[in-house]
This record gives sequence, C-alpha cells and structure tokens, in this order.
Amino acid sequence: MQLEAKDISFGYTKKNPILNHVNLSVKAGERVGLIGPSGCGKSTLAKIMSGYLKPSSGSVLYNGNPLPNKGYSPVQLIYQHPEKAINPRWKMHRTLTEGWVPDETFLKEIGIEKEWLTRYPKELSGGELQRFCIARALGPQTKFIIADEMTTMLDMITQAQIWHLMLNIIEKRELGLLVVTHSLALAERICTRVVRFEDLMADV
Amino acid sequence: MSRDNILDVRNLSVSFLMYDRGLEQKEFNVINNLSVSVKEGEILAIVGSSGSGKSVLAHAILGILPKNARLQGEMTYRGNKLTEEVQEKLRGKEIAFVPQSVTYLDPLMQVGKQVIGTRGSKDKQEAVFNKYGLRDSVEKMYPFQLSGGMARRVLLSTAVISDAKLIIADEPTPGLSPKIAQTAMGHLRSLADEGCGIMLISHDLDLALTYADRIAVFYAGTTVEIANAKDFGIGEDTLRHPYSKALWRAMPQNGFQPIEGSQPYAGNLPKGCLFAPRCPIRTRDCEQSPIMRPLRGGEVCCFHAT
Repeated sequence: MQLEAKDISFGYTKKNPILNHVNLSVKAGERVGLIGPSGCGKSTLAKIMSGYLKPSSGSVLYNGNPLPNKGYSPVQLIYQHPEKAINPRWKMHRTLTEGWVPDETFLKEIGIEKEWLTRYPKELSGGELQRFCIARALGPQTKFIIADEMTTMLDMITQAQIWHLMLNIIEKRELGLLVVTHSLALAERICTRVVRFEDLMADV
Repeated sequence: MSRDNILDVRNLSVSFLMYDRGLEQKEFNVINNLSVSVKEGEILAIVGSSGSGKSVLAHAILGILPKNARLQGEMTYRGNKLTEEVQEKLRGKEIAFVPQSVTYLDPLMQVGKQVIGTRGSKDKQEAVFNKYGLRDSVEKMYPFQLSGGMARRVLLSTAVISDAKLIIADEPTPGLSPKIAQTAMGHLRSLADEGCGIMLISHDLDLALTYADRIAVFYAGTTVEIANAKDFGIGEDTLRHPYSKALWRAMPQNGFQPIEGSQPYAGNLPKGCLFAPRCPIRTRDCEQSPIMRPLRGGEVCCFHAT
C-alpha cells in the first residue's frame, strides 16, 4: 500500500507558486518525517496529500488511484491546532463519533477519559483535545495519517504521551505516517526516514 | 553577576470570573502565588505546559487582561509599582510585547505600516525585515497573506525596533524554521547583552536552553523551579523539582519518556502541592502548600527536593 504525491505543483495565485514539481511517497508501515523552513509549503503539501486542496498540476495517488471524492478518506490529516479542528458548539462525544464510533478499549488506549465526552472543547486542554482529533482520525478505514505539527503546541511531557499512544496504534495496524515538523530531534526519534523539503523540490 | 531587577513579580495571583452555566459564576485561578523576576541584561525563559498561565502572566505585566480578571500581589518595574497608569504609559515604549498569535495584528492594515507604528521609521523597518529574511514585498501585505512563520517574524519586528528596556516575548518562535528561530533568538540575545531585560515565554525547551540565562518552570499557574539554564544542559540530577526532571526526561533527545496524567484544570485545583497527584516522591506533607525556597543556586517549590 502506498500514498504518492506525483509531480505536484500548487500556488494560490498564478504568479506565486508554492510547490514546484514535488514528489513524495509513503508506504504502509513507514514513518516519514518531513522537515523544512517556515512558509515553504509543508502544510500546503499536507493538505494536498490528504485531499483538502487540489493541486494545480500533478496527482495524489493512493494505491495507484486518485483519492476518493466522498466518504471516509483512507488518508487522514491531523492539524496543529486541535481547537480549530473541532466544532466549539458540539460536545466532545459528537466530535469523536463524526467519522466512526470508537469502542471503550480504544478510548482507553488513546487516553480519553469518559467524563470528557460530555464536555465542550473549551473545557479541555490542548493535549486532551488533540487526543480526540487523533481518535477521530484513526477509524478502521484509515491507512495513512498525516500529522502536521501535531504536537508543536504541547509541552514536552504531553508531546511524548501523545506520540507514544499514536505510535503504538500505528505500529499495530501497520499504518503509514507522514510527520510534518520543525524538530529534527523529534523526527529522528519517531521516524524511519527523514526527508528535507528542499530536497523534494530538487529532484525535478 | 549582580544586576538590578528590571521586573519583579511577587506573590501574583490572577483569577477569572466566568459564567459557568446559566447565571452561575465560577472563579478560575489561573495564576497562584507566583513570584519571578527579570534582571537587566538577562533572558529569563518561562517554560511550562499550555494552560500553565504563561501568557496570562505576560498580559498581567502589560495590563491588558480582560475585565473579568482579578489580580492580587505586586509587580514592580525598576522599583516602581506597576499600576494601571504606569502600565499604560510604559507599554509599547519601555516595555515591548511580542504577542503569541497573528490575531494581534490589525487585519486591515499593511504589515509594514504596523511594524513602523507610531515611533518607528521606514529605514528601521526595512532593516529589521531584511534581518529576518522577509522580502520587500511583505511590507505591503495584509496579515491574512502571511504564512505562520512570516507572521511570527512580523510580530517580532514590532517589538525589536522599539527601544524597549524590557521585552516580553510570548512564544516568539513556533512555526519558525530552526535557522530563522536562531536568528530571532540571537537578536534577542544581543538586545539582552546591551542591557535589555527579556522574558521569553516558550515551551520549546531546546531553544530556551540555548539562549536563556535562567529558566523558570511553570506548572498549573505557579513557578515550581527557577534554575540556571546550564542545569538543564547537564541533566536530570542537577534539576530540583520532580516536574522539571520529568520535563527533561520527556525531551526527544533524552529518552522521550512521559509521566502519566495531566496538569490540573484551573477550575478544579488540588489542595496543597499542585504537582502532588502526579509526583513520584509525594508524601503526606504534600497536602500542605510548599513555598519557594533557595536550593543549590536556584529556587524550588517542593518539600522533598534535595
């Protein structure tokens, strides 16, 4: 199984391209770290590879086919700011079950306490909310996870907690993982392969 | 090195009165009995988890807390009490602020003009943009056109072109690549070397360790330890508080081992030591509140630290 970005170019305006012929592929069971300077287009690439943005040229292939246009996507994106990825007017159980319904063992595994389910997002911390975003993205149909600075806003301890939970599940299900991060130390700790964004552009 | 304190915060507590459900009001103690000081010519880094009250402290010093906040304790700037009038007079001039998020910029004004503000000049703005690697075209952009990292550099520019004596930088570097983060921090460092006091609020421990002189570790709205930056470099054994030790162990380069649990919620704090529920060395004594005490050249807020 493989997720592939093939010869992707993208720009919000024609004059100002952000991505120029980018190639990147992630295989199942592989954990790829993507590091690069700010504003270089890492997040844009993450959005394209998860199907939230359409590239102006090039294609994203999942097992050789384009990503499905509707239904549950096998490629799930986890954002940097959980509070922006959650409806503030919904109680947490509604957010959690948006895509699939996790059972109690799963919630235990990911460290979600039962009493959090009846709370609103503003009543939980960033680390707690991020667990919901991760749980929401880990449905049975998920094959690839793209984590865009998933733990950057969290403190070291919560960061380590969340990665341990996440890696556990990823390993068990042999999912593919793309980690977008600034921290080389983090990428080296969790990934099987680290690529620099500059190098992606270079191999045109 | 004996230098004067430029900023002194003594026993500060901040709470917010909020509506809970319907007309019920509830008080959230966000900062509890916190003391910290910044000396001339030093960078004091404040590290701690999100929700530990770091930003609230910055806002309290600047006097820009919302109306429902209640303050107790004392803050002095160069020996003068920071009252509302003093804060209003000093902020943006002697005390500069690097806010945490792009939402602090005016969305309808070009960023170049915002950086110049009321006291800067075009030359200064161009020089600082150049230093941070922002292209000339950026000055004509509006905040929504900036990437996260560019916005951060613009925010930083607004503070460093003033001739402030005290800079409070609230998370100035997340979203920046290491190279630009280092440039920015190097710039703050040279401002400090020229005599400026800098309070650097960050959860990026690595960065704080490289550039700061002292580190204040926050947990649940209070300082649990004040250490020399060197102590973190040496390792777990030179640190004093069990939370600081846990923080050190959780760094990706030091084992990546987390401890269980999470920081208590501001509306529901435990009695006594706030870290006790997660602490490996807690005893019955910890049901009392510990106070800050000097220890091995730093300060710690724990009964059992040795």
